[in-house]
Amino acid sequence: MIKVRFFASLREQLDQSEMDLPWTADLNTVEAIRTALIDGGGELWRQVLAAPNVITALNHAVVDLTEPVSEGDEIAFYPPVTGG
Amino acid sequence: MTVATFSVAVQPEDFDVAALQHALLAGEQEEGAVATFTGYVRRQHGNDQISQMLLEHYPGMTEKAIGAVLDEAHTRWPLSAASVVHRIGSLSPGDRIVWVGVAAHHREAAFCACEFIMDYLKTRAPFWKKEASTAGDRWVEARVSDDQRAGRWHDST
Repeated sequence: MIKVRFFASLREQLDQSEMDLPWTADLNTVEAIRTALIDGGGELWRQVLAAPNVITALNHAVVDLTEPVSEGDEIAFYPPVTGG
Repeated sequence: MTVATFSVAVQPEDFDVAALQHALLAGEQEEGAVATFTGYVRRQHGNDQISQMLLEHYPGMTEKAIGAVLDEAHTRWPLSAASVVHRIGSLSPGDRIVWVGVAAHHREAAFCACEFIMDYLKTRAPFWKKEASTAGDRWVEARVSDDQRAGRWHDST
């Protein structure tokens, strides 16, 4: 399984905070997982997840879309941060 | 590199800045400088009166991201201790949000590291603010000026 998490405005727009995706060999990058989510979710998911300022994290570290993904990983999508 | 004491806390509860500064210096013998920063919830956003601020974060990643910022600060300046406390959950105008404390032998390291930690925390740690105000509820937008402030440190130490 891959755990996928969404935060802040993305969580609200998708009305979902997290989901589990069965891992398959073709879901081998963050980009592939994002594409699978968009394909499964439709236009709203495309608008939200393909927005240019979306940040992706893999196992609690910010990564590029090309980052390899393995079984058991945790991926997060979130907007630019505003703490402090 | 000197051995430094770092601590990170992410919590809903308020904090006592005097107690935090005292804890920062616990066990230190030689410190000549402490610099601290306290951030508060604003009362206004433009012309809108803020009634509440909700702080969301990414449990697990937040602590790691702040820890990485402290490690980065320590590669740039000789620090003996550094501490960050950041609140989450529902806050009111005037409430404390964040505290950064840095102890070092000299003021330059303490001042610079404290500012660096805040600049990096604001652009890297996964926190998000949602304001409730007279204009309604809205997620606070990331500011270009925050990225620019953090970017200053890329070219200098």
